[in-house]
Amino acid sequence: MNYFLTEEQEIIKELSAKIADEKIAPRAAEFDETEEFPWELIRILAESDLFAVWVPEEYGGLGGGVFEQCLVVEELSRACAGVAVSYAASALGGFPILMFGTDEQKQRFMPDIASGSKLAAFALTEPDAGSDAGNIRTTAVRDGDYYVLNGTKQWITNGGEADIYTVIATLDPSKGPRGMTAFIVEKGTSGFDFGKKEKKMGIRSSATTELIFNDCRIPVENLLGREGRGFLIAMNTLDKTRPGVAAQAVGIAQGALDKAAEYAATRVQFGKKIGEFQAIEHMLADMATQVEAARSLVYSVAWMIDSGERHITKASAMAKLFASDVAMKVTCDAVQIFGGYGYMRDYPVEKMMRDAKITQIYEGTNQIQRSIIGGAIIKEALRRK
Amino acid sequence: MNLVVLVKQVPETTDVKIDRETNTLIREGVSSIVNPFDMYAVEQALRIRDEHGGKVTCISMGPPQAEAALRETLSLGADEAILLSDKAFAGADTLATSYTLAKAILKLGEFDLVICGKQAIDGDTAQVGPGVAEHLDIPHVTYVSKVEKISDRHIRVRRMTEEGYDVILSSLPALITVVREVGEPRMPSIKGTLRARKAQIATWTAKDIEADEMMLGLSGSPTQVMRIFSPEARPGGEIIEGDSPCEKAMNLLARLKASHSI
Repeated sequence: MNYFLTEEQEIIKELSAKIADEKIAPRAAEFDETEEFPWELIRILAESDLFAVWVPEEYGGLGGGVFEQCLVVEELSRACAGVAVSYAASALGGFPILMFGTDEQKQRFMPDIASGSKLAAFALTEPDAGSDAGNIRTTAVRDGDYYVLNGTKQWITNGGEADIYTVIATLDPSKGPRGMTAFIVEKGTSGFDFGKKEKKMGIRSSATTELIFNDCRIPVENLLGREGRGFLIAMNTLDKTRPGVAAQAVGIAQGALDKAAEYAATRVQFGKKIGEFQAIEHMLADMATQVEAARSLVYSVAWMIDSGERHITKASAMAKLFASDVAMKVTCDAVQIFGGYGYMRDYPVEKMMRDAKITQIYEGTNQIQRSIIGGAIIKEALRRK
Repeated sequence: MNLVVLVKQVPETTDVKIDRETNTLIREGVSSIVNPFDMYAVEQALRIRDEHGGKVTCISMGPPQAEAALRETLSLGADEAILLSDKAFAGADTLATSYTLAKAILKLGEFDLVICGKQAIDGDTAQVGPGVAEHLDIPHVTYVSKVEKISDRHIRVRRMTEEGYDVILSSLPALITVVREVGEPRMPSIKGTLRARKAQIATWTAKDIEADEMMLGLSGSPTQVMRIFSPEARPGGEIIEGDSPCEKAMNLLARLKASHSI
């Protein structure tokens, strides 16, 4: 389908696709196997300006927005969702600074994020605060010109690899969400360390680690927004970045569809290409239709966000929910079309199926997305009464 | 440092089709790319510039559509690009092509190093680089796998040989042709691509480079192509064994006699 991209968007998409096909795809299986962080590939993305696409020009970016970021994530995800999420997580860590930082903070951190010379990360989740994000236990206590952080964050994408962390802590656990406050923490700060690196089902080249704060002193200049605004900052950030997860899902699904179609067009059984059997043909038709529908929704939501629409929570949740469910279904079907070969690690589709699963879980499980969407629908209905 | 890279636009296939009537390449219906070896040349030039400063100018001779190849080099970071395009250039063999390119380099003015790919994947002659050097009357080194050192006046390179490599020191200005071992070409950047799309690419004609018309295009091309074919693969040789040189010689003699060669 033609989405009438601008010239600059076409360039971003084509370049991302070129890097995905020529540099990432040939090494995806290797990084999946070794679980090593793909710094070589991240550097290529940086040198090609891909980290700059969503950052305003005044901070060293190219002046695009969520839409441009989605284009990159989608193309990279066709080749390897692990590399794509490492890229996307830097935006997840950077968006809160861009949206809520002071000009001084933006000048200080955004140019490095835009150039890709430093990766960013976003730290909200804790062992007892997943879907229930308001239940965090990492504390921040004001002490003169510092805040002192204590606690452990869990499952932080780009943990250990990123230099800049947006961390949500609480000034008063008894206040719940209203006690939550956001800070910018730099790698190397005394009292800030990294714990366990997780072994995951999919997106295995990406780094997922614990962040450990042990009397970590953060200068007050690194307070992001105001005290007590951490929950709001986190939720607003996720509203903006969920289309990125959705784009990741679309990319994974497209990658699996492409592989399944190629296979169906060449694999012969019973003397015929299997793609000529209606059973397979109809599966491919459904897969392609679902991918295109997901893409249309993701693009629409990204456009809406970039156009400045304020009420984006419901639409953003819909994009993430729909696209990730499509990715799961399409990758399962791709494995099915490949049959026994699909189950083998020598072929690329089983990895895509493993990678797809996380898109239904992170940045809010799809059950939470449904609650967000359902809650918004009821609220709108009450307002109309 | 003023670096000049010579690039050629070639069909995107190694399976080149030849027009049997004219013995020239059939370009219709085949998409075009920058000759892959020239991409290594561009990469080498950019690396020297990134380290030592200066300017990378890419020159291509070809039809107007060869401009696309030059834009690609600009998107990678080349500073300037010049297209040599004129009906008078058409039908040039390697002699006329190298004359034309050399005239363009002279017109550019000062230069320190000219870099070419080792050969083009369509013609496969590997003659244009050395030809340009001869026309410019400068030293050249072919099959360079590594630039070890470059200063204002000298360049030290490794030249690939079948057994290993030679280390060659040359004065500047010079011309080198490079092989893929010099390093993977970089990916374009978005900023570079945007700049490349907007860039004005100068087109120089025969008149602009003050060329002698008789040395251009078909009239400047003494080459007569009789037939184009892939050479037959040469079977591997055999090493005659023996404990001493004398015994080896005797064994060789015996073999030659057995095969009635002598």
